[in-house]
Amino acid sequence: MEKMIEAQNLTKKFDSLTAVDSINFEVPKGTIAAFLGPNGAGKTTTIRMLTTLLQPTSGETKVNGFSHKEVDKIRHSFGIVFQDPSLDDDLTAEENLVFHAALYGISKKDAHGKIDEVLNMVDLNDRRKDFVKTFSGGMKRRLEIARSLMHTPAVLFLDEPTIGLDPQTRNKMWEYVKELRTTKGLTVLFTTHYMEEAEKAADIVFIIDHGKIVARGTVDEIKKSTDTKTLEEAFLKLTGSDIRPSEASAADAFKSQARAWGRR
Amino acid sequence: MNALQVLWRRQVIKYLRSRSRIIGSLGQPLLFLLVFGLGFGKIFEAAGQGSYIKLLAPGIMIMSVVFTAIFTGIEIIWDRQFGFLKETLVAPVSRFSIMFGKTLGGATVSVIQGVIVFIITLLVGFHPIWAGVVPAIIGLFIIGALFSAFGIALASKLKDMQSFPIVMNFVVMPLFFLSGSLFPLNTAPTVLKILTEINPLTYGVDLIRGLLGGVYQFSLGLDSIVLLVATALVILWGAYSFKKIEA
Ligand SMILES: Nc1ncnc2c1ncn2[C@@H]1O[C@H](COP(=O)(O)OP(=O)(O)O)[C@@H](O)[C@H]1O
Ligand SMILES: [Mg+2]
Repeated sequence: MEKMIEAQNLTKKFDSLTAVDSINFEVPKGTIAAFLGPNGAGKTTTIRMLTTLLQPTSGETKVNGFSHKEVDKIRHSFGIVFQDPSLDDDLTAEENLVFHAALYGISKKDAHGKIDEVLNMVDLNDRRKDFVKTFSGGMKRRLEIARSLMHTPAVLFLDEPTIGLDPQTRNKMWEYVKELRTTKGLTVLFTTHYMEEAEKAADIVFIIDHGKIVARGTVDEIKKSTDTKTLEEAFLKLTGSDIRPSEASAADAFKSQARAWGRR
Repeated sequence: MNALQVLWRRQVIKYLRSRSRIIGSLGQPLLFLLVFGLGFGKIFEAAGQGSYIKLLAPGIMIMSVVFTAIFTGIEIIWDRQFGFLKETLVAPVSRFSIMFGKTLGGATVSVIQGVIVFIITLLVGFHPIWAGVVPAIIGLFIIGALFSAFGIALASKLKDMQSFPIVMNFVVMPLFFLSGSLFPLNTAPTVLKILTEINPLTYGVDLIRGLLGGVYQFSLGLDSIVLLVATALVILWGAYSFKKIEA
């Protein structure tokens, strides 16, 4: 099977802190993979290195077969929903998408159809002319998801994509992502706090703690190897910590709240 | 639309939409025109220095261009704080294009602001050489590009908007006051004269004043060369700083 995301001995140090500690993994085409880990485990840092936002201290990354030196090719290959908001609140939903289309070299003609398509997918077509600052946290998140798929990427990175989303929207998003995986062979790497989300959506799970991958495999494989009944127990056994959202750090809780309130 | 165009357009759209910002940023030039025009005008003219408005009007236009341009450049700090910068940084577009698109956007916005001030100076009795108006607008655009790029270079180094007043007070204001915008250079004391002569903005002021008023302190050629070289260098510096920015 074609490998779409690869990391070899990938390491990131911030001064004395090793945020990502020589990790190795790969995600085959058409797979939905989850990074599951407590706060500060190194999930976002790994994604930032894979998406060319951060230079690794050492090690190699590949996305869609391109090394991190082929920056433009990598950037065309993936879409991303960042952990923190990344929309321009002073523009309308449509203007945000037009901006994205232009950055990714989508022609005006194609952009029109594509904007319709992705807005319908997240049920925001009737709000396309509205300023993003009038959107709720959940609507903003949906718009970011729509935007990340506009240039039909081969790989999709979702960093805590469903924080602040109601269960209904969350389900809908996963339905759509899974459909793209089946019909277009989309490869997905997402991070999450929600154990049941990893359980429901992921084909493979990487449990990550202190910058290291401490377990990997399908949910069943992980349960079996740790001799536990639920992913939650397995997680506890492996990392000695619990990552239900209620247990998230105060800073994180504040962050997601800020996002829910739209920040501005 | 390509990346450069859309980056430019975003800045212009956002500027045109923020009516409060347009009106607010006219306050300062108006105040300067009134205070300096009424306050110094008579003394200046009595001293036999000629028409003060002719000296002051281009200076106030430039003030407006410079402040607007610096501000648009520094807006990148906001883009970073509110997360939008990441969206541009992961796109398959070179950092230089992003920086250059923003520079052109900032220059455009500041020229619009400069032209509004120009119209106001006409209302308070400024009589420009009409043939010089279009070249002067081009000159203002280049000054706008210079200071947008300067703003981007500074923004790439600053962590948050809190340092913006420091930049204004210790960098932009001195550059403006030492550019001969408000007083003629020929009567200035030597120290001031030297400081103004090493300030590239001085040549921008002289250029606009020459184009609209017909009298140059230096010359059209020297002014243009200094301004263009300074702009090119600052764009390179801005591009270099922006390249290192982390979202
Ligand atoms: N730019 C940075 N400078 C210094 N430390 C950082 C930086 N980014 C992340 N870290 C640290 O690296 C660790 C991993 O962070 P992160 O990848 O964001 O974790 P996660 O996404 O799993 O919650 C944390 O301890 C965090 O404080
Ligand atoms: Mg994270």
